[in-house]
Amino acid sequence: MEFFSHQTNYPFMATRRVWYTLSAVLMIVALASFFWHGLNLAIDFTGGVNAEVSFPGAANVEAVRAQLAATGFHEPQVQNFGSSRDISIRLPPDPKHSAGEIRQQLDGALKAIDPGAQVVQLDVVGPQVGNELRMSAVWALLFTLLGIFIYIALRFHTWKLSFGAILAVLHDPILVLGFFSITQLPFDLSVVAAMLAVIGYSLNDTVVVFDRIRERFEGNRRAAPAALLDQSINQTLSRTIMTKVVTSIVVVALLFLGGLALKGFSAALLIGIIAGTYSSIYISSAIALDCGLTAEDIFPTVKKAVLDHLP
Amino acid sequence: MLEYARWKYLLVAAVLLLALLFAAPNFFGEDPALQVARKDHNPVSTDGTREVEQFLQHKGVRFLRSYIDSGRLMVRFANVPDQLAARDAVNEQYASTYITALSFAPRTPEFLRALGLRPMPLGLDLRGGLYLLYQVDVNAAVGQALEGYAQDARRALATANIPVRDVSVIPATGTPANSVRIALAPQADAGAARAALAQPLQGLGLSVANDAAGATITGTLSAAQVRERQDYAIQQNITTLRNRVNELGVSEPIVQRQGIDRINIQLPGVQNSAEVKDILGRVATLEFRLEDMQNSAFEAQQTGRVPLGSKLYTHTRFGRPVLLKREIIATGDQLTNATSSPSQEGPAVNVKLDARAGENMLKTTRANLNRRMAVVLIEKRREVSEVNGKKVSRDVTDEQVINDATIRGVFSNNFQITGLQAGEARELALLLRSGSLATSIYVIEERAVGPSLGRDNIRKGVTALIVGMTGVFVFMAIYYKVFGLVADVVLLANVVLLTALLSLMRASLSLPGIAGIILTVGMAVDANVLIYERIREEVRKGVSPQAAIRAGFEKAFSAIADSNVTTLIAGLVLWVFGSGPIRGFAVVLTLGIATSMFTSLMGSRALLTLMYGGRRKVARLSI
Repeated sequence: MEFFSHQTNYPFMATRRVWYTLSAVLMIVALASFFWHGLNLAIDFTGGVNAEVSFPGAANVEAVRAQLAATGFHEPQVQNFGSSRDISIRLPPDPKHSAGEIRQQLDGALKAIDPGAQVVQLDVVGPQVGNELRMSAVWALLFTLLGIFIYIALRFHTWKLSFGAILAVLHDPILVLGFFSITQLPFDLSVVAAMLAVIGYSLNDTVVVFDRIRERFEGNRRAAPAALLDQSINQTLSRTIMTKVVTSIVVVALLFLGGLALKGFSAALLIGIIAGTYSSIYISSAIALDCGLTAEDIFPTVKKAVLDHLP
Repeated sequence: MLEYARWKYLLVAAVLLLALLFAAPNFFGEDPALQVARKDHNPVSTDGTREVEQFLQHKGVRFLRSYIDSGRLMVRFANVPDQLAARDAVNEQYASTYITALSFAPRTPEFLRALGLRPMPLGLDLRGGLYLLYQVDVNAAVGQALEGYAQDARRALATANIPVRDVSVIPATGTPANSVRIALAPQADAGAARAALAQPLQGLGLSVANDAAGATITGTLSAAQVRERQDYAIQQNITTLRNRVNELGVSEPIVQRQGIDRINIQLPGVQNSAEVKDILGRVATLEFRLEDMQNSAFEAQQTGRVPLGSKLYTHTRFGRPVLLKREIIATGDQLTNATSSPSQEGPAVNVKLDARAGENMLKTTRANLNRRMAVVLIEKRREVSEVNGKKVSRDVTDEQVINDATIRGVFSNNFQITGLQAGEARELALLLRSGSLATSIYVIEERAVGPSLGRDNIRKGVTALIVGMTGVFVFMAIYYKVFGLVADVVLLANVVLLTALLSLMRASLSLPGIAGIILTVGMAVDANVLIYERIREEVRKGVSPQAAIRAGFEKAFSAIADSNVTTLIAGLVLWVFGSGPIRGFAVVLTLGIATSMFTSLMGSRALLTLMYGGRRKVARLSI
């Protein structure tokens, strides 16, 4: 079986204005939502209490909320979680009470509603830890981007390719952020982990395409850059699609079967993989072309053609 | 002709065989088990084992088998009710000798266990349990050390008759941070003061400033000294917490330092955090006392008549009872440091007390040369045991004599305890420090996962893994036919290899870790896809099948290496910045890159060469 029975020849370069516009619109929407709505940060980053409670029968969310408020908890957020019998309770950080006290109060309030209620998971994160986790997430993202930029600069001898790769790399996590901002899905540590993986995977496709561009230029220095870039993308297209389809199979399995704990993680991966595939096909090479990429950039004529030998 | 060097075949075969062996313990599952440990930390004897076994049989509790694992008795059961019945029975009968903990024992066959092979431990999110992150007030520990210096300085100046305006401690937030400031009276001689302070403020960076009101001498701890002091405080707390966690009778607890000033504790299977924190938060103290050498401790123990003014201690670390005088020379909160080091007389523990205790010590040692002095560790804790499903708690004060030594010289606040073995010295230093838990700790993060949620997480993770992998396998087989099947074999080998590596590292498996394995399966396909697409291209160009395979591997190499580096960067950053389950994901992601490079480059090449290589004629490739 093959996705493309013959060598494809889609004119990616000729239509690039369309894709630029699409990307620009998506990114503007994503960023606007991010700055407007922000993210629904999980207690990993805000500090606070998150409890998952299982009731023997259907849980009465309103009753739980009322009972918690009566017990003295401020702004309790109570919602169904997974099934009608499970609820999640979120409370803002409370530096005055220890985790043990909060747990006792919570247990008391829940038992008053239904003696069979059980706290199956309880996370209490101090505000200080939340702040630190938020900072370390930001640092992790910055360091990953920095590491990748350094790698790109070393790997592609011309800034034109590097610039294309960097824009593509920035494009994908921004769309993931936008997705989480628009849907207001909880943004926790595992989503950050997924975003870092996405940054890695997204560049992966771009690198494979660029690898092919370099190879093609080596054999054919006089070729028109636009045509050559199109050929390179087309030649690697079935690999790009195939790999992403297979990765998506496992991510979709995780999304639907992996349970609630992995929902955000797998959703971030899926969005990121789709965005990454798109950006490496439609955006990264096109940017390089608009920067004026020619064979000269990769193989300067003054020197002998030197192929990069990989370890 | 398509060939592959023989040593490469051997390498691939050897690695896969080893991987199968190391990964094997993970595939046998677990039985509910009861872990029985002695309260005095001694290993459980074979006699003890037999006794417990006979007791369980007598009680009619069925168990599968029992064995001793690192000094603890593990009894395995067919089901959870048996396990709970056994726990209640043992708790009731042996409350004074044994601590029990519910646990799961891997069903690993004996020969694998004998080789030291174990399955990956499961993270708290999969087993259920309690995670606590403690913050240690390290600045308070530094402040305490400075307070000690300040006291010493005051006294030294008083002895030298140098008038002082004020002696104060400047904390980490002041300037100069972490220092002692001694303001002398206007008429005082700064030079003489400095000379008098040389000894008590030894090790501090001293500076003298003069102004109208008089000279000011400032002694500042260097950054290294501050760090040392902080490390000491953390280490001290870890030791104490570890001792107490052991008292909890939790199987496979983890107590480790996290960052500069944090301690994280993981207690699998524990649910009630209030109880645990109660026990962990208990305070321990030390007492230095003189031994009563006029009377015999053995006699007192036998007759039950303890001489007036003395106290009998039967619980000692050296096995024999001792009689100690009631007067306390020094207590744990007066101990400022205890470290082990080699000395001329063998391993020694260097003890440092504060000035007040030092004075007392000086008086005592002067009057009691060549008599014996002992150290008692006193721990107050609440013991909770479960009898017949009911929790019974009582406060217990545990007094243990941890050291007994002859006073060989006159000393004050700085002395050495010698005549120890190397291991003993370290342990005594740790015990001394654990008995002087002076820095406060408090919980800043707490996560509890119920056991049912843990089981649910495992089930979901494994289902997603199986479904995802099956999907990939079927898809690859349809898309690449025979080559797809080869890729499937290689993918399976990759999962085995990854499992083996994780088991070998004893990295605990978390839910994100399972997600990482699933993701690795998805990404490992990429290398195969790159190779196969190249082979297809070559075949399309009309290259002979064998040459196409060779060219496919060779030309795809740079793209494979390149594309893996990018994921590696993300994986490594996560490894450094992540903690807990996220780090588990990073470990799997990073190792998965290495294993998938190996299996798809070497493994699949070996397999394809076996199938299509040599001199045989290959008409076409099933790709």
